[in-house]
Amino acid sequence: MAALVFVETDEGNVKKSSLEAVSYAKATGESVTAIVFGSVSDTAPLGKAGASKILHVTEDRLAAPNIMAYASAIAEAMHQENADLLVLAKSSLGDPVSARVAIKIDAALASNVSELPSGDTVKQSIYTGKAYANTTLDGSNKIISIKKNAVPISEDGSEAEVVSFSPTINEADFSVKTTKVEKAEGDVLLPEADLVVSAGRGLKGPENWGMVEELAKSLGAATGCSKPVSDMDWRPHHEHVGQTGIKVSPSLYIAIGISGAIQHLAGVNSSKNILVINKDPEAPFFKAADYGVVGDAFEVIPKLTEAIKKAQA
Amino acid sequence: MKILVCITHVPDTTSRIAFTNDNTKFDASGVQFIIGPYDDYALARAVELKEQHGGTITVVNVGEAETEPTIRKALAIGADDAVRINAFPVDALFVAKEIAGVAKDGGFDLILMGRESIDFNGGQVHSMVGEMLSLPSVSPVMSLDIEGDKGVITREIEGGKEYMEVSLPFVAGCQEPIAEWKIPNMRGIMGARSKPLVVKDPTAGEARAKVSAFELPPKKGDVKLIDADNMDELVGLLKNEAKVI
Repeated sequence: MAALVFVETDEGNVKKSSLEAVSYAKATGESVTAIVFGSVSDTAPLGKAGASKILHVTEDRLAAPNIMAYASAIAEAMHQENADLLVLAKSSLGDPVSARVAIKIDAALASNVSELPSGDTVKQSIYTGKAYANTTLDGSNKIISIKKNAVPISEDGSEAEVVSFSPTINEADFSVKTTKVEKAEGDVLLPEADLVVSAGRGLKGPENWGMVEELAKSLGAATGCSKPVSDMDWRPHHEHVGQTGIKVSPSLYIAIGISGAIQHLAGVNSSKNILVINKDPEAPFFKAADYGVVGDAFEVIPKLTEAIKKAQA
Repeated sequence: MKILVCITHVPDTTSRIAFTNDNTKFDASGVQFIIGPYDDYALARAVELKEQHGGTITVVNVGEAETEPTIRKALAIGADDAVRINAFPVDALFVAKEIAGVAKDGGFDLILMGRESIDFNGGQVHSMVGEMLSLPSVSPVMSLDIEGDKGVITREIEGGKEYMEVSLPFVAGCQEPIAEWKIPNMRGIMGARSKPLVVKDPTAGEARAKVSAFELPPKKGDVKLIDADNMDELVGLLKNEAKVI
């Protein structure tokens, strides 16, 4: 049988998390077909990551994300390709799309999967990163929604054949009308980022974010923030990292002036490395950290940025 | 307007997570259970919408008898009546089928719940219910207003938001800042005791994702402290030891 991978793009580029999904599907031993909607600048990375075929949906009406229409198209593609496994990266679009597909094709669905499956059993991250469940998926069709960093992106695949795919259009799938989209352009997307620089109330006000952004820029990192900071509107909600915000799992999470409330830790505990900068040596965040600097953010951040630039020179 | 709010009964966000019975069962000893934080946002918005437009709020929970205090809290916050499906919520499919069963003949204009539960974090039930009932579903929803017969919605996306409109009825998975959490007052708590809470047996009983065992993540090592005046050392460690920059 075969696997289908739902590929998402950002500003026309294939998302890194989707390349991980392709490599994950390939690593399960299935032949991999990727489905991608709208304009894509370069499909070569999908082939390298392990896809042998790409279904490209070019219908104008399907260019912009649409939960229901994408679910219908993916279900149709699963059928056409005789696929029994759908792999995708967990995201704000992937969650609702995959759940609707699960009902359409009568599939068992596991989300937040952090490793390759072992037979019919997958390892899921649960309790917001505080535990794992080994879950057995029952049924002939399966959907696996993976967590970031579940597998490395492979680069040894060959060129994938690109085939145009025109799914059946159901008018009922267009009952939700998108009237406007607001999106920061050119920024590294927080859930996709390999490096994240996050700051909290210790920064004292939104006017001080310049140095946080400069540190992030020196690393090519995304910026995040704690809940109080987004609640006070110092930073937009889509930067809020934590239990009720974005959950991140980067290679390095830098927390500046964030005390480390358990609700914040819940959003970052899957990070591979955590660096905490805080002037309070008793801040609970140090207990969850790999590296720590006790010091005033206003002094430490510029010095750290400078040291990074020096190391890169 | 008739609103159905689906709530989960989950460990408080500060709970220590542990397992018993050879890592096959959640260890509930000493754990305080709450309405799922995202579901609590959905409920709070439902109460506001009821204040603006009139109508009723029904709460549904799929859970065994121990979830009743959590359901009573939802009634105290402002729901009018409640249904408990008397079953352990095995997986998202199981829960969605039971909710769809309750919703099917209920004539609800809106079906609200959290974007995800905080135990399994799947974010699937709202969309499954939508698909089962052939209704539109939107998630994660940051704001929701009702204008005439349509919902005006802001949906969070990575790095921004989408503004959308959809005709009633529909399903929404909610998150902050859709509303402020509501704390029940004494009148609400007293009133909740006499509000109807109907217990029903599960009808579908179908699950596809079954947990065989739980695991806790490995313990973290001690923090390595670096002097604030020695950022070169820190950069060296990040580069050569952690190999992340």
